[in-house]
Amino acid sequence: MSALPDKNVRQLVDHLFRHETGRMVAVLTRFLGSENLDTAEDLVQDTLLKAMEVWRFRGVPDNPSAWLYKVARNKAIDWVRSGQRQTKLLSTEEEKIKSIWNLSSPSEALFQEGEIQDSVLRMMFACCHPSIPLESQIALTLKTLGGLSATEIANAFLTSEETIAKRIYRAKEKIKQEKIRLDPPGIFELPHRLDSVLHVLYLMFNEGYHSSHSDTIIREDVCAEAMRLTFLLAQHKATGLPKVHALMALMCLQSSRFAARTGDLGEIILLEDQDRSKWSKPLIEQGLEFLSKASVGNMLSEYHVEASIASIHSLALRFEETQWDTLLNLYETLHELKPGPMVSFNKAIAIGYAKSPEEGINELEKINSLKDHYLYLTAMGNFYLLQGDADIAKSFWEKALAKTTSAKEAALIKRKIQTCLS
Amino acid sequence: MEKFMLIFHGGSDVAPEMKNPEAMQKHMQKWFGWVEKLKKEGRYEGGEPLEPSGKFVSGPNRIVTDGPFAESKELVGGYFIISAKDIDEAVALTQDYPDFIFNGKVQVRPIQKMDM
Repeated sequence: MSALPDKNVRQLVDHLFRHETGRMVAVLTRFLGSENLDTAEDLVQDTLLKAMEVWRFRGVPDNPSAWLYKVARNKAIDWVRSGQRQTKLLSTEEEKIKSIWNLSSPSEALFQEGEIQDSVLRMMFACCHPSIPLESQIALTLKTLGGLSATEIANAFLTSEETIAKRIYRAKEKIKQEKIRLDPPGIFELPHRLDSVLHVLYLMFNEGYHSSHSDTIIREDVCAEAMRLTFLLAQHKATGLPKVHALMALMCLQSSRFAARTGDLGEIILLEDQDRSKWSKPLIEQGLEFLSKASVGNMLSEYHVEASIASIHSLALRFEETQWDTLLNLYETLHELKPGPMVSFNKAIAIGYAKSPEEGINELEKINSLKDHYLYLTAMGNFYLLQGDADIAKSFWEKALAKTTSAKEAALIKRKIQTCLS
Repeated sequence: MEKFMLIFHGGSDVAPEMKNPEAMQKHMQKWFGWVEKLKKEGRYEGGEPLEPSGKFVSGPNRIVTDGPFAESKELVGGYFIISAKDIDEAVALTQDYPDFIFNGKVQVRPIQKMDM
């Protein structure tokens, strides 16, 4: 009769299943072929089920990951042997799989750490292949590499599970149609393909960070997945380029504010009102470190500029101590690299603080496409209040209140109106 | 104290909700919590998971046939041996069985003793 080891309850790493799902799917897909991505996912699902059945009675094994890999590998071998693979393997592929599986210590060989990371990177490039629609790229990456379910992704992205399922389905169809293989992109292709991977990770992080969904946990999980994958790219010698470090820096600096961003009731707290002692110092330090690693070479990406902007905020101990002049310069650079209404908006805010509220208002008035946005209306109100025009400020905030659909945002604006009246 | 066998039928292994790695891990951790509680109270004697497949050997001719033995929602997934004062207490100890939400069932069977 087996005794459950007492240690297992708290020793099981958080998110172990989720993280290992992504890694196992990547490895199995690489060896079974990308047309068998669905099979790889099923085999991994069976593996987790097996772990659940056995571990709940026997406790967690000493090396849970190795246990999972061994089961997944055996299931994959069984599947290949049972002849269920629809397309016949090319003889070279067959040799490759056999040679990998016939090594003296097969369970180790297939799942060596280097092999796993390599497979995850290849999978990332496949999921972010330019022929797959962007929103499908994001959903597929979160599903296959992040181990998130369609329900979880739908929650984080404020959309329906059906929509996410469709996006994932479309991505998988593309992989089959276009015969997207899990080969590493060639040297000439790499810069372009890397850009699209970075773009997906950037959007994934932002979606998690800015979504107004009330379930903060799932949003933080999405951000964490984006960071985990970016970190992997940053560490690899072929992809550890300055702009990858810059993106990593941006994510660290942004996520350092997670705890300060929402109040006890889940209401949003703006940068200017945040309790800066709640900012995570280790994340800020890591962010600054990545930023300095990113500052080699002469390529300046939008991630460099955005990370620098985030670092300016991180370095200000109080909102009043923000280096607005530097910030304004950075927003001007960003505006050249990536023009758009949101960048113009942030630039206008920087002008308002670096120069005068009046100039901020003038600058805001030039942006036509945001005039109905609650953030724009809120900012107008802020600058009018700084100018001493409380009545005009209030009228802008009231308009902002009518434009927001989020309860959290509404609470925030109501608070502004109240403080302005008192 | 008497001994009881808790036999688990169906449950999370067949639940469609278990398509989500995070949910699976959390659910498994509920099992750990339950076992830990039983152990702390000195009730847990042991337990084993059972493979879903196996063989039947039957009759005077020892005919061997393959499982499955029941529909998956009825299949025995494993058992615990626990100690309890009486059957009522043994039943009470199943309250934290995590698979009730997936329509899992627990059969509570007193283990026969030699001294009556």
